Amino acid sequence: MKKRFNKSALIMGLYILFLMLPIYWLINMSLKTNNEILGTFSLWPQNLTFANYMVIFTDPSWYWGYINSIIYVVMNTVISLAVALPAAYAFSRYNFMGDKHLFFWLLTNRMAPPAVFALPFFQLYSSVGLFDTHIAVALAHTLFNVPLAVWILEGFMRGVPKEIDETAYIDGYGFFRFFAKIFTPLIASGIGVAAFFCFMFSWVELLLSRTLTAVDAKSIAATMTRTVSASGLDWGVLSAAGVLTIIPGALVIYFVRHHIAKGFALGRV
Amino acid sequence: MKTVNQKAWFLVLPVLLLVGFSAVIPLMTVVNYSVQDTFGNNVFYWVGLEWFEEILHSERMHNALGRQVIFTTIIMLIEIPLGIFISLHMPQKGVWASVCLVLIALPLLIPWNVVGTIWQIFGRIDIGLLGYSLNALGIDYNYVQNATAAWITIVIMDVWHWTSLVVLLCYAGLQSIPDAYYQAAKIDQASRWNVFRYIELPKMMGVLLIASLLRFMDSFMIYTEPFVLTGGGPGNVTTFLSIDLVKMAIGQFDLGPAAAFSLIYFLTILLISWVFYTIMTNIDKREGI
Repeated sequence: MKKRFNKSALIMGLYILFLMLPIYWLINMSLKTNNEILGTFSLWPQNLTFANYMVIFTDPSWYWGYINSIIYVVMNTVISLAVALPAAYAFSRYNFMGDKHLFFWLLTNRMAPPAVFALPFFQLYSSVGLFDTHIAVALAHTLFNVPLAVWILEGFMRGVPKEIDETAYIDGYGFFRFFAKIFTPLIASGIGVAAFFCFMFSWVELLLSRTLTAVDAKSIAATMTRTVSASGLDWGVLSAAGVLTIIPGALVIYFVRHHIAKGFALGRV
Repeated sequence: MKTVNQKAWFLVLPVLLLVGFSAVIPLMTVVNYSVQDTFGNNVFYWVGLEWFEEILHSERMHNALGRQVIFTTIIMLIEIPLGIFISLHMPQKGVWASVCLVLIALPLLIPWNVVGTIWQIFGRIDIGLLGYSLNALGIDYNYVQNATAAWITIVIMDVWHWTSLVVLLCYAGLQSIPDAYYQAAKIDQASRWNVFRYIELPKMMGVLLIASLLRFMDSFMIYTEPFVLTGGGPGNVTTFLSIDLVKMAIGQFDLGPAAAFSLIYFLTILLISWVFYTIMTNIDKREGI
C-alpha cells in the first residue's frame, strides 16, 4: 500500500511540475527588467522589480482592458444563466414537440467554430450599432455559453427527483414561486458550476472579443495581442499582463473546487 | 417518466430568441455570401455552387484540412490515455486532493492567447527555459524556423493546456464507483489490470465520450494558441482550418470562398460530433439515467 502511494505521488508530482514550469517561467519573466530578460539567462530574477506591474496599473489602456473584459464576462454569465435556467428545466422535465432535435440544435452552436462567425458577427453588430460595446461581446459569447449552460443545468436537474415538483404543485405553489423558493436552492451547486463555465469560456476567448471591439470595449486579450504586433516586444510587461489574467481564474477555481470535477462531466456522473 | 407538455415551449422561448439572434442570423449571412459574388459597391449576383466547387477542389483547403486532422488525431491519442493514467493516480480525498484539483485545473482557466504567450516565452531559444535548455544540450530546436519543432511545441502546448480536462472528467467518473466494487474485486483477488479493465473503464465510458467529444470539437476549431505562438508558420505548416479561414475572411476579405469554406468546415464538425452524441445518448439510455 505504502509503495503504491509513493508511485502515485511521484506521477502526480511530475505532472504538476510539467504544468507549473511554464507558468513559473512567466512569473519569473514578469519580475525582471527587459535588460535582464534579454541580457542574462537566470532561473530566478537577479534584480527583483515590480516595474512591469506598475506599468499595467498606471496605464489606462492596460487596466481598462481588464475592466472591459470583466464587464462583458459578467454580462454574458448573467444573460446565459437567465435564459438557460427555464430551458434546462423544460428539457429535464417535459416531453414536447421537437424537444430532442431542439436540444441537439442548441448543442450544434457549441460546435460552431468562432472563426466561422467572426465576420458575420462583425457585420451584424456593426449594422445594429453595437460594434465596440460590451453587450456585443456578451451576446456573441452566448453562442457557445448558452448551449453549454443548458447542457450542464439539464444534467444537474435530472438528478432532482420529479416527486419534489409534484408535491410542491399539490401544496399550492405556483410555477414561479416553486422555481425560486424550492427548485433553485436544490440545484444551487449546478448553477454555480454553470456560472463558472460561462465565466471561464467567456474569459479565455480571444477571436470574437477582438473582432467585435476597437477602443471603448477592448478586452485584455486583444490588448495583449495588439501590443505584440504593434510596438515590438516588451516581454516584461507582456508577462506581467499574462500573470494578472491567470489570477481571476485561480480565484474562481478555488471557490468551486468541490464541484469542478462533476461540472466538467456536465453534471452527468 | 417525463410528461408530455407542449407549454414547455414557453420555457424554451427565451433561448430560441437569443440563439436565433446570435446564431441563426449570422449563419444566414454566411449562406447568403456563399452563393453570391460581388464587384464591390454592395452589388451581388448569384453564382450558385461555384464557390463550393472551388473550395472543395482547392489545394489550400485540402492542406489545411490534412494538417487539422493530423493535429486532432495526435493530441487525442496523447491526451485521452495520458488523462486516464493521471486520473488513476489522483489522491482520492483530503487536503492533497483539493490542492491537486486546483493546480490541475489552472491551465484550463488561462486565456487562450496567454497560453500562446506562455509557450512563446517558454520555448524561445534566447529567453525561454525550454528552448535555452534544449539548445544547451546540443539539440537544434527553434520553433520559429523549424517546422518539426513548431509542430512539437504546438502539440506539447495543447497537451499541457487540455490533458487536465480529461483528468478531471475521468476523476469524476472514478469518484462515482462505490467502494463495494473494489472490495469484491479484492475478494476475487483481481489483478490491478483486471480492476481497471472490468470495473474502472466501463464506469468511465460515459465521461470518456464527453471528454473525446469536447476535445475533438475544441481541437478542430483551435485558433488562438497557434495564432499567438507561430502565427501559422513557419511558412504554412501550422496553418489549421480556423487560422486559414480567418486569413481568408478578414485578411483578404474573400467573402464568397470564405463563406463556402465556413459551411463545409461547420458541417464536418457537426457530422462527427453527431456520431459522438448519438453513441453518448444511447449509453445514457442503456444505463437508464
